Amino acid sequence: MLSGPRSRSFTLDRDGPPALSEWRKMGYMSLNVEHQSTRTLPSEKPIRLLDNAGHAVHGAATGGFELPGGDVLLDLYRKMVIARRFDVQVTALTRQGRLATYPSAYGQEACEIGGIAAIEARDWFFPTYRDSIALLTRGIEPGDILQSFRGDWHNGYDQYAHRCASQATPLATQALHAVGLAHAARLRHDPIVTMTYLGDGATSEGDAHEAFNFAAVWQTPTIFLVQNNQFAISVPLSRQTRAATLADKAVGYGMPGFHVDGNDVAAMYAVTRAAVERGRAGGGPTLIEGLTYRIEAHTNSDDPTRYRTARDVEHWKRRDPIERLEKYLVSEGALSEQIRAEITDAAEAVAAHTRDVMTTEAELDPLELFDHVYSRPRPALLEQRARLEAELADAAAAHGARSAGAAR
Amino acid sequence: MTAPTTEQAVPAASAPTQFTMAAALNSALRDAMESDDRVVVYGEDVGPLGGVFRVTDGLQERFGDDRIWDSPLAESGIIGTAVGMAMYGMRPVVEMQFDAFSYPAFEQMVSHVAKMRNRTKGRMSLPMVVRIPCAGAIGGVEHHSDSSEAYWTATPGLTVVMPSNPADAYSMLREAIDSDDPVVFMEPKSRYWSKAPLTLPVTTAPMDRAVVVREGTDVTLMGYGPTVRTALEAADAAAAEGLSIEVVDLRSLSPFDDETVGASVRKTSRAAVIHEAAQFGGYGAEVAARVTERNFHHLAAPVLRITGFDIPYPSPKLEEHHLPTPDRVLAALDTWEWDV
Repeated sequence: MLSGPRSRSFTLDRDGPPALSEWRKMGYMSLNVEHQSTRTLPSEKPIRLLDNAGHAVHGAATGGFELPGGDVLLDLYRKMVIARRFDVQVTALTRQGRLATYPSAYGQEACEIGGIAAIEARDWFFPTYRDSIALLTRGIEPGDILQSFRGDWHNGYDQYAHRCASQATPLATQALHAVGLAHAARLRHDPIVTMTYLGDGATSEGDAHEAFNFAAVWQTPTIFLVQNNQFAISVPLSRQTRAATLADKAVGYGMPGFHVDGNDVAAMYAVTRAAVERGRAGGGPTLIEGLTYRIEAHTNSDDPTRYRTARDVEHWKRRDPIERLEKYLVSEGALSEQIRAEITDAAEAVAAHTRDVMTTEAELDPLELFDHVYSRPRPALLEQRARLEAELADAAAAHGARSAGAAR
Repeated sequence: MTAPTTEQAVPAASAPTQFTMAAALNSALRDAMESDDRVVVYGEDVGPLGGVFRVTDGLQERFGDDRIWDSPLAESGIIGTAVGMAMYGMRPVVEMQFDAFSYPAFEQMVSHVAKMRNRTKGRMSLPMVVRIPCAGAIGGVEHHSDSSEAYWTATPGLTVVMPSNPADAYSMLREAIDSDDPVVFMEPKSRYWSKAPLTLPVTTAPMDRAVVVREGTDVTLMGYGPTVRTALEAADAAAAEGLSIEVVDLRSLSPFDDETVGASVRKTSRAAVIHEAAQFGGYGAEVAARVTERNFHHLAAPVLRITGFDIPYPSPKLEEHHLPTPDRVLAALDTWEWDV
């Protein structure tokens, strides 16, 4: 079992284990279900369905996963192209000073899109600050995603409408929320899964450990998708772990782990999709590591020349996830000039829309600072609100007097 | 709220029964779970053991382990998963086994529990209760007697309350569980076995209000949790010497009830606050500052703080020297000039 499909000890049982209510009837403690022991290490060689030349991979390297169908691949391609155009546009707007900061996911599209495309509208997503393109793919308005990076408010979209939590900044903290929500859904017999994205650096955090462990003990339908882009800002993976792969960590928690080529969207989608189905069927959590690379800096305020070489970046640019799928689709005759033009137009439309909404300043009401802290107003906070209101009125009056003076 | 379901109360609806604070809290949890199936309880040893202080005694047997269960031993995990459960509409009531064991959860509390509602412009409230057995005087080894209330009260977005008696324990816990906002519910360990006659369910003053528990004319003496008893004992002793002390049980630490406290201070002109936590940067500093800011022209003397010393909590055989006593309170009041 050391070569090839080591990870296939976790075959997906379509029928799945019994529902929670069934366990109860059987007299099991539903929160401590007996589950299959999971002690097989993930393959050290990443699971891959398309190689860098765009050829379909066969044999052990696929980990037993099948290449998704043509429609799915074309859809993933379209989503990745649009996502990258958005990402490039937002980075440009940030350089123009329209956003306070923007953590780019350029180069990580296979992880970002392969993951988010694998869950359904009823499922919940727990993103980090780097996952704006996954939110875009989820259907959230660019202006709503970017409210936080523009500095208008810490979060700008409706969590419940999109079943997307706010983008977490403190590393790995959101993974516990994903576990808790999945557990609540399970107690209510709602067949949903939760998925959270983490970076390689985040796996060093205590909350990552606690989330992996709680999810495994409670058998929550949670997918932990670790985007190993090999740097936590400036610190390389070798300073985070001695594990051969981050997916290896899954074994210690008793859950399946998959080490995947994170620049192969076909593999990322297929592995995530299988994890979604297993989780929904009652099979518990899954840890997926996608091995990828961040082409851009951590954020616009970062200087990556201090910690990595241009040669390194060029190496990974030659492993571009979009080009890889494009080569495959072209070789299959699935990407006509007409489709290509249609996708380009759609991407340009998203970019133009993003430029429009980000070049329009939002009207902010400073008094709203007091309105959402508690569900019931507090007298002391109302006093402070009145103080700021008076300051704003004074400032407006002074401004009015200056304007009148200037007019004279 | 449905009809009373408390077994002790049913046969003796007209005759109150003696309840310890631990039993009152247990009844509050049971009645809340009975009336609202969104209420779930978890933490360390809360299941078959019933909690190390037996506050959850018998609840797993009654409700099953889909409603109350033992979680893995990890406080950040407990709070972080409770956030996710509250996001989905549950009302988790989680237990931090001891005050000092809550610190691994600090990041989740400060970065998410306190901020979620504001971050999401009120779209996402977190109706969760974090129960924290707190404070000392139980002969506990290190890390079992901390008073960490100021960490939580310094965090906007958290509601922080501490009952001092069984009736408030019941009523305030019910209100905390019903609240749409996250509540840090601090339970003074040394008062767990204090008794009072109760007929449950009982509704006392609202959770966000302080209460005058003994009227007086000369001094406003504020306490909360374990130090309310200290204040009452000091008031008894002072009365024998002709000094009339009004005792205010603060109950709600965040928000602070300026109205009730202000009315008392403007009547007595003198104020002092007692707590077990260290003095420097402690909760009493906020009390003294805001009482002074709002009532300076009514005050005849500076607001005093009678507190634990500015030291890490002592070992069991030395804790009696650390904790504020009625004698230390009266000695502090003696430092005021009384002839002005």
